[in-house]
Amino acid sequence: MGVKKLMKQVFTKPKSLTDVPFTYCPGCHHGIIHRLVAEAMDDLNIAEDTIGIAPVGCAVFAYLFFECDMIVAAHGRAPAIATGIKRVKPDNIVFTYQGDGDLASIGTAEIVHAANRGEKITVIFVNNAIYGMTGGQMAPTTLEGQITQTSPYGRDSKTMGMPIRICELLSTLNSPAYIARVALTKPAYIVKAKKAIKKAFQYQLDGKGFALVEVLSTCPTSWGLSPKEANEWLNEKMIPYYPLGEFKNVEEVS
Amino acid sequence: MEERLLMKGNEAIGEAAIHAGCRYYFGYPITPQSELIAYMAKRLLKIKGATFIQAESEIAAINMVYGASAAGGRVMTSSSSPGISLKQEGISYLACAELPCVIVNIMRGGPGLGSIQPAQGDYFQATKGGGHGDYHLIVFAPSSVQELVDLTIRAFSLADKYRNPAMILGDGLLGQMMEPVQFKEFDEKNIPSKEDWALGSSHGRKPRRIVPFDLDPNELEKIVNKLGQKYQDMQKEVEYEVVNIDNPDIVIVAYGSIARIVKTTIQKAKQEGINIGLVRPITLYPFPYAAIEEVANKVDKFLVTEMSLGQMVEDVKLAVKGKSQVSFYGRTGGVVISPIEILQEVKKLLD
Ligand SMILES: Cc1ncc(C[n+]2csc(CCOP(=O)(O)OP(=O)(O)O)c2C)c(N)n1
Ligand code: SF4
Repeated sequence: MGVKKLMKQVFTKPKSLTDVPFTYCPGCHHGIIHRLVAEAMDDLNIAEDTIGIAPVGCAVFAYLFFECDMIVAAHGRAPAIATGIKRVKPDNIVFTYQGDGDLASIGTAEIVHAANRGEKITVIFVNNAIYGMTGGQMAPTTLEGQITQTSPYGRDSKTMGMPIRICELLSTLNSPAYIARVALTKPAYIVKAKKAIKKAFQYQLDGKGFALVEVLSTCPTSWGLSPKEANEWLNEKMIPYYPLGEFKNVEEVS
Repeated sequence: MEERLLMKGNEAIGEAAIHAGCRYYFGYPITPQSELIAYMAKRLLKIKGATFIQAESEIAAINMVYGASAAGGRVMTSSSSPGISLKQEGISYLACAELPCVIVNIMRGGPGLGSIQPAQGDYFQATKGGGHGDYHLIVFAPSSVQELVDLTIRAFSLADKYRNPAMILGDGLLGQMMEPVQFKEFDEKNIPSKEDWALGSSHGRKPRRIVPFDLDPNELEKIVNKLGQKYQDMQKEVEYEVVNIDNPDIVIVAYGSIARIVKTTIQKAKQEGINIGLVRPITLYPFPYAAIEEVANKVDKFLVTEMSLGQMVEDVKLAVKGKSQVSFYGRTGGVVISPIEILQEVKKLLD
């Protein structure tokens, strides 16, 4: 394949993304995740039946980026809003897009109970181990020892707890149909991430139940690293604590 | 459906909502409105396509309302004072996003965990916004079980008309009261279509976006000014009742269950040759300022009675514009004011 053709393929914008330029910092994974979500919507040809919910966080502008009906949630409440939408419009595809402050801190109750009710929704959970939008405070997913604005001497597990592993936590519930953790720091990871995200939508289409994909993500700006260093930090520090893989898959449960 | 049924206030609200086409309810249990959530469970879980969810919290419930309303559903939630406080962020979002819904507050004693007895301490919260930012709810203050029915139905209709949340502000006394009620014929065809703004499938149209924010101050100001214009337009929906207003010695202003108690006071006073008038706001927002001012032109003594330290009295004073003397009598903590207490207060003022 010629380079030109490859370039063309790589840079074709999915139909499910608008022309609005991303507002994310250089090296931030939010943009790649948007792209993978849009590709899944394209592949399944569901954009015109999809309703997306943008969080409060850097991805609040996701409402501008997806070419489908969108609504902006209060901080952390997207799973409850998704529940309300899905119950009124059961034939539509409903997804939430949430950061780790949004989903794993202020919105913990909403995500646990939406998962436990087995709401037929798809959740894209972006774990960047920090609060990006508000300038880099500690998230529930911040690693032990990690320095942030509000853990200036490093996260001390004795007083601040250990980072929360959402996939493992939600996998203890009976109801969820699909729970997986993926990363984007290597081409092979991206392929797996794309598959997982597509599956999380496919399961909703098939009426199988609640599906969540956690994407380990970079925040070079708040981590104070270059995009390249951020990728390395994610590989070296985050993946060992947050193992990749499928934690729950109704298809494979006997 | 025109026969008379004996119903408890809380259940009557639920039946009225379903009668008005409400098919989505999200709530969390709290006394003294628990009969309402139970009634919605009993009825909605048997209606095909309807949804009842006992949410994990009032915060989740109001956000489920936000989603259901955005998707075009006729939707209600209910709670009592502490639960309504938890919902405030969501209510502010609903107002900003111009999403219609009905919120029922069966008030109890506060602040804090307070008591589970009737109170009216949430007047400020209900009528002045309650959550953050510039917004208002349409607020109804029913005074009988029949009014709980009629005003619940009206609340859905005005919520849709203005695309704004509407509130039924009752109290534990009304919620627990049993009275005969009638349900007037309701044609679901009267529910306005939401096809032109609700979220759903976007085949053949541009995607829609419901966005309760704008980081550009000039743009957000436009949104807020639009809301402001809506609140101006809403003023024409004001409703109130006047009793014995021709030539009274004193006029009492009261709403909800206290207004009923005042009616008993009026009868007792008559036997003693004292002539008491009553102005009863039926909508608390919009508030009947003009109607009260008109009375103030003729009567020089007003008494406001509330189950609070004095909240609505501030609006009455604004309405009266200093033309008459406005006094206040209130009880708090869940103590219900008796007709005799009010009469004693009247006598003191007339002395
Ligand atoms: C009720 C409420 N509390 C706090 C905030 C402020 N706030 C906005 S975004 C945010 C954290 C976002 O972090 P995260 O969810 O991790 O997303 P990221 O920006 O990192 O993508 C906070 C605390 C808010 N908007 N609303
Ligand atoms: S602050 Fe972090 S999460 Fe937000 S856009 Fe920038 S890099 Fe991405």
